[in-house]
This record gives sequence, structure tokens and C-alpha cells, in this order.
Amino acid sequence: MNTITKYSASSMLIHWAMALIILSMLFLGLSMVQSLAVWQVEAIQLHKSFGVLALILVTIRLINKVLYKSPALPPSVPKPQALAAHLTQVGLYASMILMPISGWLMQSADERTVSFFGLFTLPNLVSKNIEVYAFFREAHGLIAYAFLLFIFMHVSAALYHGLIKQDGVLGSMLPGKHK
Amino acid sequence: MSKKITLMAIITLFALTILYFTGAFNRDVVTAQRFVNLQQGDNAHEGFRRAHAKGICLAGSFESTGELAKYSQAKVFDLGATPFVGRFSIAGNNPTAPDLKAPVRSLAFSITSNDNQEWRVAMNTPPVMAVATPDAFFKQLQALSPDPVTKKRNPEKIKAFFAAHPESAAFNDWKASYTPTNSFATEQYHSINAFYLVDKNDEKHAVRWIAKPQLSDENIQPLNNDSPDALQLQLKDQVAQSSVKFDMLFSFATEEDDENNPTVLWSQSRKTINAGTLVISRLQAQEGGVCENMNFDPLVLPTGIEPSADPILRARGAAYAESFRRRAKEVLLTN
Repeated sequence: MNTITKYSASSMLIHWAMALIILSMLFLGLSMVQSLAVWQVEAIQLHKSFGVLALILVTIRLINKVLYKSPALPPSVPKPQALAAHLTQVGLYASMILMPISGWLMQSADERTVSFFGLFTLPNLVSKNIEVYAFFREAHGLIAYAFLLFIFMHVSAALYHGLIKQDGVLGSMLPGKHK
Repeated sequence: MSKKITLMAIITLFALTILYFTGAFNRDVVTAQRFVNLQQGDNAHEGFRRAHAKGICLAGSFESTGELAKYSQAKVFDLGATPFVGRFSIAGNNPTAPDLKAPVRSLAFSITSNDNQEWRVAMNTPPVMAVATPDAFFKQLQALSPDPVTKKRNPEKIKAFFAAHPESAAFNDWKASYTPTNSFATEQYHSINAFYLVDKNDEKHAVRWIAKPQLSDENIQPLNNDSPDALQLQLKDQVAQSSVKFDMLFSFATEEDDENNPTVLWSQSRKTINAGTLVISRLQAQEGGVCENMNFDPLVLPTGIEPSADPILRARGAAYAESFRRRAKEVLLTN
């Protein structure tokens, strides 16, 4: 039986850092594909750079997840809710991995470069191909919407536990003492 | 009870934030999607560009004079030749439109220097824009669009638009004096928007450029005015005879010029440098051709060339991307 009640400090740090980056990236992404404003050019550069950062962070996060045990949900959580929580988590991890990779592939397929804040440039993964571009461009957009849905469910459930149930589930991802 | 209300309030706010960013509440804002909707009209030609749908692919070599190298780090301006691929096209969303009816002709190309940096260029026959912002450009296209009922342009609407936009004076002057030539090879094509050349000391130089034809209508193959593909056929005859050349002339802005305003012509007396010659030696039909699946987004630039803050230039990337996304999806789903 898993008896730890809190996530490790490294897990918390990476969770909250990625939460900030991912929400900013999703909102920026949705805005910049619609906007005709002058900031659009720089927005794409930032989006690509932070996308590379997100890919690096999710790699570290997966390693961290293997190294440090995660607390289990309290036994008071009904089975269907626990299953929903598990599926949402799978969706969140899948989105975290697929978002940057589909972005990188769509850029490669239109022979566009992905630079990390001007420090280095990612290699092109595929040669120029409009159908490959179309597949990953559409995937990038669809996964973004799925990602937002998973985040919405995740945030709603966390707040439900924190405000209504007060069963320590929200507190397990917060620094300091919480019940 | 109050905790339940707090929970509901936060969740609702979060949901509304997400909806806001999806664009659910900005129906009146001119977005890339609305722009391309307007360009494609009621019956989109699937798999084709939403603007400048009809064109012909080309390939050749850019023979740089090396004279621009001290103003830009871009390797393409070093002395020597670099191959490029490109496209001549006509304005409009119809891939089978008659060549000679189009009001605007274009030359686009993509050139990759030996350090693997790509420069995409999209030039048109007008030297300036009629308006300076994407919103005004959207209204211009709306005013020029045929009435959905009568299928005809409304001259009153067009007149009212230009009267409300005095900044269109230079564009209208050009339009009044412009006579289409008898060949893609004898038109002069303009960058329209300004860019910065960035030199080795990271100094920026605001420039516009033109592709100036070496041929003129007096010394070209005849044009068959009866063919809907008149320009393409003429060009094939022309290239079969000899390569088609354009000089790439870069004009440098002075203190008097606003590089962010694409509606104003720069004086002819501006310092001009001949960067080199575009030598077009091969043509290829668009269908299955090298240019078919390219997106000539003028914001794909090598190190050494940067976009100005011109709002029209900066809107081009998102609009081109939306057009490219739509046709790419159609190509994927129909193959």
C-alpha cells in the first residue's frame, strides 16, 4: 500500500512550472493562429522556443515520475472517479508529449526551422511534404483542444477535492502543510 | 454552501477564459480565418491557394553581384550563384481564370543559401498597398468583392471605400498609369513591404526591392490574346528561346521614409543597389510541380533579413498559413 501523501518537491516544481508554460502556450497558440496583429511574428518564435522547453521538461518529468513515487488517491474516492482521474492523467501526459512533437513535425514538413531562443536549432525530422504537414498541423490543433479539455477536468476535480471534499488530494501537489 | 459557489465561480471563469482564447467572443475581429473566408468566396477551389490560385512553377539561379553583402549577413548576397525555385501567378482564387483578366501579377521564389537558410519572397506588380492595416485591407477586399446577389462589383461601394481612405492615393495613381505587359517576363515586381537588411555589425538598413525585367514587350515572343492561358503559353515560348532575367534592385530608406507604411512610394532618388540577377531557365506546370505545395510566406527569412513592423507585412504570415493549412488538409483528405 502506497502511504505517501505528498508529491516530491521536484514533482511539484515541474508540475507548476509546466502548468504555467502549458496554459500560456495553449492560449498563445490559439491566439496567434487567428491574429493578424504585428506581434504575431514574435509570438510564433516564442511559441516554438517554449515548445522546445516543454519537450525538455516533459522528458525530465517522465524520468522524475519513475524515480519518485506519486501519492495514491484516498480510499474514499469512488471507483468511477478514480478511473476518470487516471484516464485524465493519461490524456494529460499524452498531450504533453504529443503537442511539442506534432509541432516540431509540422514545422519540419514545411521546411521551417524551430529555434530554441536563438541558441540552437532543432534538426528537421522529415522532408518537405504537404500531406505530412497537413496531418501534423491538424493533429497539433486537435490535440490542443483535447489538452484544454483534460486540463479543465483536472483543474475542476482538483478544486472539488480542495474546496468541497478537503481530502488532501489538492494538498498533495501544494508545498507546505495542507489537509 | 459558499464553497460550492466559489468552486462553480472558478470553474466557470476558467471555462470562459478557454472559450475566449478559442475566439468564441471575438466575432467582429478580422482574423486570419475571416480573411481567408473572404478570399476564397462561397465556393472554395479545394486543394488550391485561396489567393493567387493560378500559376506556373519556375526554377533558375540567382547570380549575386556581391554588392549587397556589406549590408546583410544573408549568404545569398555573397558573390556567386544560388539556385532557386519559384512561381509566376495571377491574383484571384480561381485556378482556371483567364490570365489576361487578372489585375495583379506576381513573382514568388524560395532560395536556400549554402548555410541552409531559406528566404521566401512574394512580390506583386503594384509598388504599394492601398491601405496600411489588415483591418482596412479586409474592408478593401469586401468593397471589391462582387455582390452576392448580382454577382457584380458595386462601383458606389468601391468609390466610397477609396474616398474614406486617402492613403490609397499612391496606389490609385499607380493603377491609373499601369498597363499590363504582354508577358510575366516583362512585368516589374515589388516587395511592397519594407524589410531590414542586417549587416555584420548588427546595423539595420530599411529596404524595399523590385525585380526589374531585362526584357521588354518589344523583344519578346508574341502573346495569343485568345487563350485563357495566354501568359503561361507566352512564357513557355519565351523560356524555350532563352532564359528570363530580372535584376534585384534594393532601395534604401532615408529619414524621410516610414518603412512601416506600405502605402507611400519612396523617392526614385533613394540609394539603389543591384543585388544580382534572377535567371529563370526552366518552367514546370503547377500541378505536380515543385512550387505547387510551397507556401511563399514572406516572413520566412534568413539571418541578415528581418521584417519591418509594417502591419500588413506582419499579417501576411498568419493569412498565408491559414490558406496553406486549408489546402494542405484538402490534399491530405482527397489523396
